Amino acid sequence: MSKRIEVRDLNVYYSDFLALEDVSLQIEPRSVTAFIGPSGCGKSTLLRTLNRMHEVVPGAHVEGEVLIGGNDVYAPGVDPVLVRRQVGMVFQRPNPFPTMSIRENVLAGVKLNNHKISKADSDNLVESSLKGANLWEEVQDRLHKPGASLSGGQQQRLCIARAIAVSPEVVLMDEPCSALDPISTLAIEDLIEELKQEYTIVIVTHNMQQAARVSDKTAFFNIAGAGKPGKLIEYDDTDTIFSRPSVQATEDYVSGRFG
Amino acid sequence: MTTSVGNGPSRAPVTSTFTDAHLPRLIEVWLLLASAVMSGAALLLVGFNPAVWAVATAALYVIAIGVSSRLVENARKANDRVARALVTITFLLAIVPLVSALWTVLVKGIGQLSWSFISQTGQARFNPTTLEVTRTPGALQAVVGTFEITGIATLISVPIGLLAAIYLVEYALTTSHLRRVVTFLVDVMTGIPSIVAGLFAFSLFTLVVGPKAFSGLSAAIALSVLMIPIVVRSSEEMLRLVPTDLREASYALGVTKSVTIIKIVLRTAIPGIVTGIVLAVARVVGETAPVFIAASFTDNFNADPFNGPQQTLAVLAYTGYKFPGKDIAASNQEAWGSALLLVIIVILFNIIARVVARIFAPKSR
Repeated sequence: MSKRIEVRDLNVYYSDFLALEDVSLQIEPRSVTAFIGPSGCGKSTLLRTLNRMHEVVPGAHVEGEVLIGGNDVYAPGVDPVLVRRQVGMVFQRPNPFPTMSIRENVLAGVKLNNHKISKADSDNLVESSLKGANLWEEVQDRLHKPGASLSGGQQQRLCIARAIAVSPEVVLMDEPCSALDPISTLAIEDLIEELKQEYTIVIVTHNMQQAARVSDKTAFFNIAGAGKPGKLIEYDDTDTIFSRPSVQATEDYVSGRFG
Repeated sequence: MTTSVGNGPSRAPVTSTFTDAHLPRLIEVWLLLASAVMSGAALLLVGFNPAVWAVATAALYVIAIGVSSRLVENARKANDRVARALVTITFLLAIVPLVSALWTVLVKGIGQLSWSFISQTGQARFNPTTLEVTRTPGALQAVVGTFEITGIATLISVPIGLLAAIYLVEYALTTSHLRRVVTFLVDVMTGIPSIVAGLFAFSLFTLVVGPKAFSGLSAAIALSVLMIPIVVRSSEEMLRLVPTDLREASYALGVTKSVTIIKIVLRTAIPGIVTGIVLAVARVVGETAPVFIAASFTDNFNADPFNGPQQTLAVLAYTGYKFPGKDIAASNQEAWGSALLLVIIVILFNIIARVVARIFAPKSR
């Protein structure tokens, strides 16, 4: 249950503005890939093009190809809804549905997609998803409490449980720990390590230590200046990026000497 | 240094760089009482009048609190006290008409409220020996008419208004011309005088059905012209309050746009939408002029909103005074009774809306 991602010659536009220029990279199944770079460099944009979420912004469009499991996400006739069912996403701020209980949040993807599911199956799905998100122990006695009653870190793990409950091939994470305290961050990082066994994971982070801790490969993006497009500067094994990068800009960024 | 806080009258003043002279704690109450007594006494000399007394008390109090604070405390505290006095006085001024109207309706209408008033129409009896007409007040036809006309208006307005709001928030691009046109028309419709809405419905039915085509439906259409812009506006505001995060979370699960709107956006916004709808209903249920024009008025019981004149409580309150029957006192009482009944119905609507909003509100524990 995990697919390879291939990005080929991708340009991403917001209306006329070129946000990301000429990106090509390959992401292996069952691995964690981190996108790092300064704000505005297009790393979140690239992440959102992988499940066509950037289209929520009017006027956004792309040139090039994104292949997931060999199928082009941008081929004519592709339904973004079907793409998103296979490519799940976790956002910067925990966003459980406020009107739903913990249990309903986990089942949201299945229920909202109009799949009929028996009581026993849904019980199993809730338990396995929450266990998969390392949250089961903490919430098993209060599954019917609102999702908003949890702490920030627990809410984020609830969102991960909600994302993996629809059994995606790929899980995208857009700065999943930036709103969390260090202990919750550690819990999420441990979780990413476990999820790697089953899913292809792509994570955007501003925290270089986090990228070094959790990822197998790292992509560094940079931007020449305001109004210029973001570019992929270097993409390599995480160890290489952080110890002996081949581009000076990468070394400056990961060592804190930039600008 | 020690700060001693004693309770006796001889307590030493607490001094530090943070303390400053201040007036006693209950100074406002004492000054207010003093102002009331002094202005009251002065008025007794020239003739007492409660309204003048209230104004004089307020003015005297503002001056007294300002001067005493400036003498004892400092300019900043004096300004604060004067400003506080002024906003309190203006607040009281603002609620005077409201309380006065409610009180009058309550006092004059309470005697009319009885089961027979609600459950039967007004009936006149002619006494052949004394040649007097006596009337038993009744408002059944108006209660039924109010619920039917307002109900039909709500059934027309809510789907149109809610769907228009969904279009504006979820579908129309910010650059869309249609969106601008719709927003502009909604703004214009909000400002339409209610009599114009009544004339619109009346002439529409005159053209389509024929002359004297009074009906509850016609009045309901007039009311929905008034209601739709309110529903659009309030629903639009509520839908915009739903965080984009939630829509994105839903899309990211592979949920379609329509299901996202229904199950996530509307579900999250429903308490506010319901409140907006009830406010719109409360706004039109008391409309008199458009109903009077479009449905006319009647003392006869008519539960068919598609044929013949119908009465509402607001219209009954008007006609009971303007076009009383032979028994003028009874007609007037009927008017007060129906006015009170109308107020009670509006309050009930508001309570129901609060309960519904409470039930659907997102919970955090």
